[in-house]
Amino acid sequence: MNTADNVVEMRAISKGFNGVSVLKDVGFDVRQGEVHALAGGNGAGKSTLMKILQGVYQADAGEILIGGKPAAINSIHDAKAAGIGMVFQEFSLVPSLTVAQNIFLAAEPLGPGGLIDDRAAVRRAKEVFSEMEVDVDPRAEVSRLGTAYWQLTEIAKALAQNATVLIMDEPTASLARHESEALFELIDRLKQRGISIIYISHRMDEVYRLADRITILRDGRHLLTEPLTEVTPEQIVEGIVGKKIEGQLSYRARQVAHDVAPLLEVRGLNAGHRVRDVSFALRPGEILGLAGLMGSGRTELARALFGIDKVDSGEVLLRGKKVSLASPQQAINAGFALIPEDRRAQGLVLEHSVQDNLLLPLLGQIQRGPLLDSTKGKELSSSLIKRFAVKVAHPHRPVRLLSGGNLQKVVIAKWLGTDPDILILDEPTAGVDIGTKSEILDMIRELASAGKAVIVISSEYPELLAVSDRILVLKDGSIIRDIPRSEIADEEYLQLAVQGV
Amino acid sequence: MSKANTIAPRDTAAPRNFGTILKELDWRRYVIYIGFVVVFLFFAVLLRDQGFLSPNNLLNIFRQTATITVMAVGMTYVIACAEIDLSVGSVAGLSSVCTAMVLSQWGLIPGILAGLAVGLVVGSINGALVSLLGIPSFLVTLGMLGIAVGVAQWITASAPQPILNDTFNMLFGSGNFGPIPGLVVWSAIFVVIGAVVLNRTKFGRQVLATGGNRNAADFTGINTKRIKFQVLLISGMVASVAGMLYAGRLQSGRFQWGAGDELSAIAAVILGGTSLFGGFGSIVGTLFGALLIGLINNGLILAGLDSSQQQVVRGAIIILAVALARKK
Repeated sequence: MNTADNVVEMRAISKGFNGVSVLKDVGFDVRQGEVHALAGGNGAGKSTLMKILQGVYQADAGEILIGGKPAAINSIHDAKAAGIGMVFQEFSLVPSLTVAQNIFLAAEPLGPGGLIDDRAAVRRAKEVFSEMEVDVDPRAEVSRLGTAYWQLTEIAKALAQNATVLIMDEPTASLARHESEALFELIDRLKQRGISIIYISHRMDEVYRLADRITILRDGRHLLTEPLTEVTPEQIVEGIVGKKIEGQLSYRARQVAHDVAPLLEVRGLNAGHRVRDVSFALRPGEILGLAGLMGSGRTELARALFGIDKVDSGEVLLRGKKVSLASPQQAINAGFALIPEDRRAQGLVLEHSVQDNLLLPLLGQIQRGPLLDSTKGKELSSSLIKRFAVKVAHPHRPVRLLSGGNLQKVVIAKWLGTDPDILILDEPTAGVDIGTKSEILDMIRELASAGKAVIVISSEYPELLAVSDRILVLKDGSIIRDIPRSEIADEEYLQLAVQGV
Repeated sequence: MSKANTIAPRDTAAPRNFGTILKELDWRRYVIYIGFVVVFLFFAVLLRDQGFLSPNNLLNIFRQTATITVMAVGMTYVIACAEIDLSVGSVAGLSSVCTAMVLSQWGLIPGILAGLAVGLVVGSINGALVSLLGIPSFLVTLGMLGIAVGVAQWITASAPQPILNDTFNMLFGSGNFGPIPGLVVWSAIFVVIGAVVLNRTKFGRQVLATGGNRNAADFTGINTKRIKFQVLLISGMVASVAGMLYAGRLQSGRFQWGAGDELSAIAAVILGGTSLFGGFGSIVGTLFGALLIGLINNGLILAGLDSSQQQVVRGAIIILAVALARKK
């Protein structure tokens, strides 16, 4: 291997927190103009390794070479100066400022007298965007733009600071399909200009579409670094998970009795602009997939059913009886549970402990008289932790310390503790590693087999096809197709259906 | 400590010896207790000849901080819920005035009810404006601070309202229950109830969850609007009781009673380790926060500092304590 090409080289990096080793002797290098995928399960050490490269953490041992020379990266500032840029997963922009102001935040071009020269900032932002070959108005206020533009602004911000290496962490997580495709083309163009990209993603198809090489970490150790031409997707999955995933990600025909009365029936539901005249029925034991583009009303339908958004008209019948779902409380009492889209913002109180989060919807169960019984609470939370295989060392530590996959398991455990009849999951596996993902999909199947009804919303077609017995396609708030799984031959068929062809 | 702690401790290769336990111990959480002990010992040594340690003086500290303690218990709920209530001081003043006026006309029970009614009305208005209209509590209660004190001054034409009912005065502040001053009993009642409700009831948990992440609480089926309404109502009611304690101790109702107490109450709550951003609250911490402020006031007076110097030293100590308690 010719190390001279390496723009970044991390050698024998080790890092621990409070005596717990997170990275052990990990090596990682990036060549000029390559896309290098970094893969591994939640908690494998990917983010820690990247945070060391960005100067957020300092390694306990090992060294970092930039352009072949040892470099001390002790702060985010050092990393920026070394040409390392980060496109944050949770965007780090100030929504009330314009695109240009964000791009040059803390590096504003100054005019005479030391005052900020906004015009120069706009001009230079335009230059950056034209180099990226994308069309973004630098004067627009960021809060008015969609997520795809936020990301472009983030990338421009890094490029404006002369970044030569870009770290992208799950960049397509919140993008629609055509936006993702535009991002991939942009990545190709950046590559041609000699910019290197470290690409973190759980999505295999993206990794194969973009990356030149892949490095897999497992349990804080370096497992392999290979060109993608030399490894199969199965090898990668096995490397990440540490065992073979047998068919969890492919569809297994399930028996749903069609002659039983529906558990849930929705008739002519209207809510706001994004839920229009929606009618469908759901039988016990059935898994219903909701497909549609961003903004097609999938999430809004879930919110209306769960009593978060106001229903304008229409009715919901549970076991043939009309129910009112005017608040989440009523929905919960009726037997609904919603695993929300954004687990950090909507699913959990991040600063509270794992146990407190698990017990929040279950407080009624652990009451003795007017007081809460802490022994009962402890037992209930540890039984949930065990049942859903949440990896947690200290249930009394804040939940935010857990990895993405474990966070999602806590949200699911919290809701299944209420023993719902109808479970709605909105993007249940976004940002979750493949091992946890297969566990979650299995959990969904088990619930359905136990006679519950499940609604799954997902932008990932393979996942939707793996679990759903029937798929509803939404467009502009209305159901345009209702397709049994057996009639869907492949991903492409579903994709065309979603696009309304 | 418990079974729950030993579940699958992954990768905890390091043995949990005394050193690591000490390292993991979050001493910042206990900074208020450490600070309390340090300041107490400091004064005990420095002011031993001025009678700081005499039982009488120590009881005095409790007595002087009782009204702040009571208000701060209510304030803990408000702040833990990520809101603020700036109107507590003037609610106390208005409550003292209304109690005194009604009491002289119609007697003991109507007087007490009038005082509580002040808290009920003001707390409900605060709560409704914050939860239903979504106006920030800072602005609502800032406005209410002016309204309540203005009404109190207006209806009394700025004149003090004497209270001649001995039962009231004995019950609210002037009397003793056995050897223990009534004011100490009152603060103990509020602290105990406040701590149990916050830590051991469904309502308490829902307050903390609402303060920690309102969105997630909403998605969990907690009626966060109701919770916000309730904490501001509680704060108003508790402040009105504090106003009656002023009235009983000073045997009169006066619009100035409680003026500026909102700041002492907030300081006590924050010193006690409750997060200004919501999500965490400690009533026992609040008690010690209030006592620390009382301790400092008392010590500085005994040390012979004049009131301007007292204010400077008190401010500096509060900033220092909060700085030490802050998270990294």
